[in-house]
Amino acid sequence: MGAPATRRGGRSRGTRMALLCLLAAAPVLFAQTTAVDEIAKYRAALLEGNPAELWEVRGEDIWKQKRGPKQVSLQQCDLGLGPGVVKGVYARLPKYFADAGRVMDLESRLLWCMTQLQGMSDTDARKQLFGGGNDRKSDMEAMVAYVTSESRGLPMNVSLADPHEAEMYRLGEKMFYFRGGPHDFGCVTCHGDDAKRIRLQDLPNLTTKEGAQKAYTTWPAYRVSQGELRSFQWRLYDCFRQQRFPELVYGSDASIALTLYLARNANGAAFDAPAIKR
Amino acid sequence: MADPMKIRANVVGDSTEVKVLMSHEMETGQRKDAQGKVIPAWFIQSVTATWNGKTVLAAQWGPAVSKNPFLSFKFKGGAKGDKVQIAWVDNRGDKRTDEVIIA
Repeated sequence: MGAPATRRGGRSRGTRMALLCLLAAAPVLFAQTTAVDEIAKYRAALLEGNPAELWEVRGEDIWKQKRGPKQVSLQQCDLGLGPGVVKGVYARLPKYFADAGRVMDLESRLLWCMTQLQGMSDTDARKQLFGGGNDRKSDMEAMVAYVTSESRGLPMNVSLADPHEAEMYRLGEKMFYFRGGPHDFGCVTCHGDDAKRIRLQDLPNLTTKEGAQKAYTTWPAYRVSQGELRSFQWRLYDCFRQQRFPELVYGSDASIALTLYLARNANGAAFDAPAIKR
Repeated sequence: MADPMKIRANVVGDSTEVKVLMSHEMETGQRKDAQGKVIPAWFIQSVTATWNGKTVLAAQWGPAVSKNPFLSFKFKGGAKGDKVQIAWVDNRGDKRTDEVIIA
């Protein structure tokens, strides 16, 4: 757009360039606000019929089923508030679990319970971590939908009281600001400023309290474009892919550190998921 | 077998408002898989809602309806404690029927 002005040069080049920039920016800005408004309307229309509820119902069923070689349900699984307690646990995760000797998020804790309580092999427990249509439904995503739905409306309350948790938070913060990969990208490249977007998707500024709260409390979510419910592990996995980083291992310390960092920064806000997103 | 529906029914004034979420792929028949083969159409073809055995809504659907469809409608009448039953049949002959008590 600015190329002809540059080539012609002349005294008024600066002025002309500025004018061109203004002209170029105006319709874009206009289009952006309208599109964002329209997307907000679209979300509101979808809100009362959030298909995430279908995952919640299925997840509750799986949670209560006797499964694995030991044929026990997950109702003895301790997600942080005692065996079998589901209400409010997600608002306090990730946290340090003494029995496992590590900080865990919901997904890694569920994997732990599936192997320890139900006697599944690690491979079996990890069979379908992300759903892919009718033939490849994910039990994990369904259970995540169920457990997180039981924290809806409760304030985020992630603790750093244990030294392991404080260490993981520090690590997560470091990862958030770390730049690397073929694009010299980091989380902060997209999530460090206000009003950034990818195509029409607004990107939350995760360095502000408000941005972090709004983003973290609306995951997991039903992605209309994918027809799937996506967990927070998926969100991070896909962010890593978009940054062209090495594949983020599901339930790894790296994924948990980043989750803990973001969850802790959302403290105080009411948890409002499973949500619905484009 | 298909997953259960999620149904809510509430009395609003002199009518009943029903909201239904159905779990279905709703394949259009226009998409192709990774091998380039057409994915056969698979969608809910008929939906029926009954209240105390009386049909209050009958619909014929096609492949243009979204995946995991949401249906909301009102009908005159209905009281707390009455039963509303929703049934669908898809083009493969799969069926699902669920019911809810009006709240």
